Amino acid sequence: MLTKQLSVFVENKKGRLSAILNRLAENGIDLSALSLADTSEFGVLRLIVNDPDKAKIILNEEGVIVKITDVLAVELDDAPGGAAKVIELLYQNDISVEYMYAFDTKITGKALMVAKTADVKAANDLLIANGIEDVTAKDIF
Amino acid sequence: MSYLNKDIETMPREQLKALQLERLQKQIAHTYERVECFRNRMDEKGLKPEDIQSLEDLAKVPFSYKKDLRDYYPFGLFAEPLKNVVRFHASSGTTGKRIVVGYTREDLDVWAECAARMMVSLGITDEDIVQVSYGYGLFTGGFGVHSAAEKIGCAVIPMSSGNTKLQIQNMVDFGATVLCCTPSYAMHLGEEVNRAGLKDKLKLKYGIFGAEPWTESMRAEIEKSLGLKACDIYGLTEVIGPGVACECSEKAGMHIWEDHFLAEIIDPDTGEVLPEGSTGELVFTSLTKQAFPVIRYRTRDICRLEYAPCKCGRTHLRMCKPQGRSDDMLIIRGVNVFPSQIEEVLLKTSGGDLTPNYQIVVDRINNSDTFDVNVEMSEALFADEVRSIESIEKRITSELRSTLGIGAKVHLVNPKSIERSEGKAKRVIDKRKLV
Repeated sequence: MLTKQLSVFVENKKGRLSAILNRLAENGIDLSALSLADTSEFGVLRLIVNDPDKAKIILNEEGVIVKITDVLAVELDDAPGGAAKVIELLYQNDISVEYMYAFDTKITGKALMVAKTADVKAANDLLIANGIEDVTAKDIF
Repeated sequence: MSYLNKDIETMPREQLKALQLERLQKQIAHTYERVECFRNRMDEKGLKPEDIQSLEDLAKVPFSYKKDLRDYYPFGLFAEPLKNVVRFHASSGTTGKRIVVGYTREDLDVWAECAARMMVSLGITDEDIVQVSYGYGLFTGGFGVHSAAEKIGCAVIPMSSGNTKLQIQNMVDFGATVLCCTPSYAMHLGEEVNRAGLKDKLKLKYGIFGAEPWTESMRAEIEKSLGLKACDIYGLTEVIGPGVACECSEKAGMHIWEDHFLAEIIDPDTGEVLPEGSTGELVFTSLTKQAFPVIRYRTRDICRLEYAPCKCGRTHLRMCKPQGRSDDMLIIRGVNVFPSQIEEVLLKTSGGDLTPNYQIVVDRINNSDTFDVNVEMSEALFADEVRSIESIEKRITSELRSTLGIGAKVHLVNPKSIERSEGKAKRVIDKRKLV
């Protein structure tokens, strides 16, 4: 269930985002999820990609700062209450969610959600123990 | 031409030099006796106050530096017991540690006289109403010109800085004839007055502007927008405050009041005294100060001195506007800023062992200085969470404010994005056009 996510520092400057995404595209990096957290001064781009280690090297060569972070990738029922069930479970167990975003998947009938929590390992164990479906990189791509 | 103290202001130079020597000998003896730091430096060179037999002998005396004011903070350089001190003034130093100076009653009188001589030279009398829009407080600006105007018998409006609307209203309602503030604030007031269509209601005749560098084109602009005659005033807290040198009505350089301050021009690298007319670093020795004498104080201001008699009849030499600094100090909104201060803040706030790469960008937009600090992001500073990056940014911003006393806008930028020349990052970009 733990998935490697790229966190990329994006300077608030025209063309930065485009440069980063183009560089990944040129190197055949496939994105399956993307979220951009922005402030008035900078942004943090979060990506789930097919090859995070390679992507990090490519971006570092460009002078871009990248961190690899473990996040939860959770499979949800593509039905009302799908996400609510998982969040409720984390909340009941006092695990706070720092940020989250959803993404599309090739698995039909399922939605996927990426979440970063305070204690990712504990959250992971909790979800598995509660029978929440595991998602591996293989499922995503 | 009117004078406050005609005998002194028009004293023949030979006589003035004799007066300087007599006072210099006393000042050096006074400082040697009471200030340990100076005594030690003299002793190291094997010099005694009696060795100063001519003005030229001053060249043998050791220099003093801004750093001394930090090293001996707060009262180590005072030459009078606090019982005799009646006022303190302070300003920020190079490491965020303030410097403090003290004045006896006589020191305050000398200071008031210096700035008052300028006012009288411009034609200011006890009929005038003087609005002081320099900050009052530890900064020397407000009190410096305030006392001078009171000495002449002017009616003083002690406005202090800020609150532009009220400034303009008071100028109009009280019929201010003289305005004292920083030139950039005068530019701002001029714009606001014209925007409000109140220029016809102003009675301003003279402006006394200083504490930051300004240009002839700014002078023309201010004179036009406020309808006054704008004059330059120079001073340093360490030496006494505004009034060490001032323009007379001729606006042809600032007269240094040589009966109180002895000026030298030196080569900033070798420390050698340069011949008359050379451009170099300005060095001051106070001649009459009691509480805080300064001997061969390195101002770091680069300028030239003019010894030829002035059309106004005054014999005291004139300094040109400082053309730059022999160190890397910047003057932003009237406040002294050293890149090293920013470096220290970054080292303290980044949590790492390395100082992040940074660049200071100063500009003047709508007549007020802008101050931006770009900080290169690094793996050590970067975190996955927005709020932790924001908190770094905020910490840097608030530390800069408390260290420098003015606000800077902090931008986190990409690594290696700050321009480098020969591997060394360019630390300061000053876009202000001052010539």
